[in-house]
Amino acid sequence: MIKIRKRLADTGFGALAIAVFVFSAFPVYWMVSTSFLPNNRIRGENLAFFPTPDVFTLDNYRAAIFNARAPFAPAVANSIGVTFLTLVIALVVGFVAALALTRFQFKGRRTFIVLILVVQMIPGEAMIISLFRIIDGWQLLNTIIGLTLVYAAGVLPFTIWTLRGFVNGVPKELEEAAMIDGCSRAGAFWRVTFPLLAPGLVATGVFAFIQAWNEFVTALVIMQRPEAMTLPLWLRTFVQATQATNWGAVMAASVLIAIPAVIFFLIVQGRMTGGLVSGAVKG
Amino acid sequence: MSLLADVPAPPTSPRQEIRQPSRKPFLPWLLLSAAMVILGVLTGFPLVRLVLMSFQEYERAQLMGQPASWVGFDNYTTILTDVDGFWPVLARSFVLMVVLVAVTITLGMLVALLMMRVGKGLRLLMSIGLLLAWAMPSLAATTVWGWLFDTQYGVINNLLTAITGDRWFGYSWLLDPLSFFVIVACIVVWGAVPFVAFTLYAGLTQIPEEVIEAAQLDGASAFQRFRLIQVPYVRTIITVLVVLSMIWDLKLFTQVFVLQDIGGDRELTSTIGVYIYQTGMAQGHYGLASAIGVIFVIVMLAIAYPYVRRTLREEEL
Repeated sequence: MIKIRKRLADTGFGALAIAVFVFSAFPVYWMVSTSFLPNNRIRGENLAFFPTPDVFTLDNYRAAIFNARAPFAPAVANSIGVTFLTLVIALVVGFVAALALTRFQFKGRRTFIVLILVVQMIPGEAMIISLFRIIDGWQLLNTIIGLTLVYAAGVLPFTIWTLRGFVNGVPKELEEAAMIDGCSRAGAFWRVTFPLLAPGLVATGVFAFIQAWNEFVTALVIMQRPEAMTLPLWLRTFVQATQATNWGAVMAASVLIAIPAVIFFLIVQGRMTGGLVSGAVKG
Repeated sequence: MSLLADVPAPPTSPRQEIRQPSRKPFLPWLLLSAAMVILGVLTGFPLVRLVLMSFQEYERAQLMGQPASWVGFDNYTTILTDVDGFWPVLARSFVLMVVLVAVTITLGMLVALLMMRVGKGLRLLMSIGLLLAWAMPSLAATTVWGWLFDTQYGVINNLLTAITGDRWFGYSWLLDPLSFFVIVACIVVWGAVPFVAFTLYAGLTQIPEEVIEAAQLDGASAFQRFRLIQVPYVRTIITVLVVLSMIWDLKLFTQVFVLQDIGGDRELTSTIGVYIYQTGMAQGHYGLASAIGVIFVIVMLAIAYPYVRRTLREEEL
């Protein structure tokens, strides 16, 4: 009797688990599926739920790339440029700052760390007005430099905070041992600590990448001209309700934007939850 | 704009905190200088500028070069007495935030418990689905959900027609503010539950098995075990998740803004972030928008205060 009840419960929970999978994966599946379907199978009551070979088409991707209201190629170039520059600045500047905060003891260190934490809580949405005025004043509207500067400042606190944790995780004793063996302080750091930090740098870099790649509101304010748009703004032009939306093209465009973000995200996802728990379950 | 996730530091050993003072006190400041310049110029200065602009009459004319005049608290008075504009937006944002946080945390907890309960294979399947939802950029997620709920050809209307037998084609989900926010909630919850579920699952797995087993032997029901053992164990995690969710959900911009593009009523569906954009960028009331921005910053810092304090205490700073 108990066995039967347990099996029933197992089946029930199994069904629930599958339901969770379906609910979370379906929108992503639907995006990909729609992007490969011809318009007559997207519109109309006879929906195709799977792009079978007889209806499979790349027309939506062609439409997304060549018939968009904003040009695709500059959007890709802008997005890659801004993301890459943001990543480099955030990593280099964040890394040396993290070093200062972990390997040195000085007055003002604590204040700086508190500030870093507080700055992260300021909503970017509140700042768009003054940022717009400032970037405009510097004649940097619609430029990659202008947007990169804003993004770098946006991801920097997070970068410093995270890298600080990683540097802290490498015992100073390792460096000291290398120094006893004849390394200079810089040499000890470069040969011993830095290689151990590589995974941390990669993870932090990927976070900066994802943030800059997906960012929408600041770009909306700073990159208003069609040829200055980043990919998220480019995607938005598809759904602005002036005419009937070509959903096939929108889904194709969404796939194009989502692919790099999803891939990079999957690389680092393991690091996202672990630490929050490690500190918190102690007590 | 940051705050993607609280990727926390590996724990520090107390020994490392004891350090000799550096012989070169300028070196750390040299290392910090680049970060200080960037943050000072692109976060500090804009913040100051925001506060200043909130005390100025700043409209399109001032953008063209006319000097801005100081108006004291006029912008704030205008906003705080704007019963038809600002207050509904603020109320809407808060109600939405509370609903989103409650639903996200509840569903996240249920999913985490389910992950504890099912076998390895099903858990992997769940993880794959959740990871996909989590990884989707919020803008792409918004367009996809907009497509699912599309008035003419959306799969939801199609399925509803097939299931109920009524004609749902042509039913607009976005036009009515209430169902507009149902879709917003779908997008946000769909994207946020994975983070909550994974974090809680990681926390739940750290509870020693003996504790649960002992309770089981003592005859505690599943619900009692949940309430009296599991929840207390992960209470601190829940607190952090609630605060982070509050911050993220109050900042909501992309989802609302783009759904309005697809076909919502801007007047009736704007949240604070979108309202700042509308007032400032779209209508050209930069002074008013700055005042709303200042209020927004203060509200956010107030919400984040306990979290900041807790983090600092935990980091032993």
